[in-house]
Amino acid sequence: MIELRDASYGYAGRMLLSGMTLTLPPGSFHFLTGPSGAGKTTFLKLCYGELRPVSGHLSAFGEDLARLSRDGLARMRRRIGIVHQDCEFLDHLPLSENLALPLVVAGRPVVDDELRELLAWVGLRSRADAMPPELSGGERQRGALARAIVTSPEIILADEPTGNLDWEMSQRLLSLLIELNRMGKTILIATHDLNLIRTAKAQVAARVLRIKDRQLQLAGADL
Amino acid sequence: MKQFLVQLAQRPVLSLWIDRIVPPAGQSAQLTLMTAAAMAFLAVFALALAFSANRLADSWSAAFLDTATVRVSAAPEQAETQVKRVLEVLATTPGVTQARAIPAEETQALLAPWFGPDLPVASLPIPRLIEVSTTRDGFDAEGLALRLQAEAPGAKLDDHLRWRRPLVETAIGLRRLAIVSLALIGGATAAMVTLAAQAALAANGQVIRVLHLIGARDVTIARAFVRRFTLRTLAGALAGTALAALAVAFLPVVADGEVLAHLGFSGREWLWPLCVPAVAAVTALLATRAAALSRLKSEA
Ligand SMILES: Nc1ncnc2c1ncn2[C@@H]1O[C@H](COP(=O)(O)OP(=O)(O)O)[C@@H](O)[C@H]1O
Ligand SMILES: [Mg+2]
Repeated sequence: MIELRDASYGYAGRMLLSGMTLTLPPGSFHFLTGPSGAGKTTFLKLCYGELRPVSGHLSAFGEDLARLSRDGLARMRRRIGIVHQDCEFLDHLPLSENLALPLVVAGRPVVDDELRELLAWVGLRSRADAMPPELSGGERQRGALARAIVTSPEIILADEPTGNLDWEMSQRLLSLLIELNRMGKTILIATHDLNLIRTAKAQVAARVLRIKDRQLQLAGADL
Repeated sequence: MKQFLVQLAQRPVLSLWIDRIVPPAGQSAQLTLMTAAAMAFLAVFALALAFSANRLADSWSAAFLDTATVRVSAAPEQAETQVKRVLEVLATTPGVTQARAIPAEETQALLAPWFGPDLPVASLPIPRLIEVSTTRDGFDAEGLALRLQAEAPGAKLDDHLRWRRPLVETAIGLRRLAIVSLALIGGATAAMVTLAAQAALAANGQVIRVLHLIGARDVTIARAFVRRFTLRTLAGALAGTALAALAVAFLPVVADGEVLAHLGFSGREWLWPLCVPAVAAVTALLATRAAALSRLKSEA
């Protein structure tokens, strides 16, 4: 689904991630971990094309991202659900409309019942009409996950999706992602929450990628 | 089939959404509206000026067009021969379609109201008049005047041009001014909408970024802005046009027979101010579209 070949990235000439070679096969479940500032968010941005590798290649769905036009990139993103670390809502639209927006811009039908069900699933049914700035950090993250999966994308990239959630809600969110993985979705979660990774490993064949010394490593089973 | 119809019904109507995906902008909206109204108002006046100038030029030309007069002042015994010579000269002048010597009696009849029927007109040195009809393009007046002078020293050509030319030139100059004004108004409108659209695009950088992140194509994002500015400009231009049309309609009309001198539209010309809002909207559409797409392209 996503393939990196010797890809590197650095901000302003300072190398942050180098020589990454990796394949995320369809239906796989990966965690991405590493200390704060290691480059987890940067890696995810590379995956959905907000940043381009300074060297090497990165392709998604078999297409080299460097060769995609802006609209090509937009079309590709309709197949990837992204939970951004800072959520990225449109602050002037209520939550329910924010959730529907990926469908609208893709020209797909918005089914109110499904939206309501989705909101209920992430525990936000009563907040459907709230504006994003009125939501708590945890509510925003749950909303962001709901928006990421509303189009039923093939890949889900989540950047610290449980960063603001209590343990119970984190587990619920995790089980939703595991459920989606069982339905065949490819999942990549950036997190530094080792408990979450352990819990996941008990339920699903998750692999752990670790960023260390600017390298992307596949962690051993021990963790 | 039924399934398909249900799906069709549930398809989101993008135009219902498109106005909402960019946050409403307060002040720049009002300014666009007001500027569009002002520009439309000016455009209608410029149009009225252009049409009026056109009409003036036409009526001033037509009033004296196609005619000239040759006046022959000579001693009575010479007059007849000179008139004959003038007619000969005119017959061989390109551009002259007809020349008719007004008989002395007719001239006298013309003068009678002024001098009374008892005047011994025959003994007075009344000049003989020759009425000349010309083609629309006229004739070489200077050449003709010279030839007449050689052939008939008493003949004098009056081609009415002295009257006509400055008036017609003024009218044509007015029309040119009006057209230049229209072009300037159009350009200023395009520039104004471009600036406003650029400001809106810059103010909504984050919205644009998010839309792109969730898979919106550039045309979709651009359409949100284009629709907004086009509708705004259209509304403003409609108001401005309506006001200007009212103002023009209530201007006084001065018509003295041949020369119709009034500022405004007549008859079918009224269709033209109706074009102003449409042209303004199209201008806004193109300007916003260009601004939006170039901005989005530079964002890649
Ligand atoms: N836009 C940017 N410009 C320059 N440096 C950046 C930018 N974004 C992130 N960085 C730096 O890159 C490093 C990795 O950031 P990030 O990918 O957000 O790490 P993580 O998500 O693992 O915490 C950090 O040191 C951060 O300061
Ligand atoms: Mg991060």
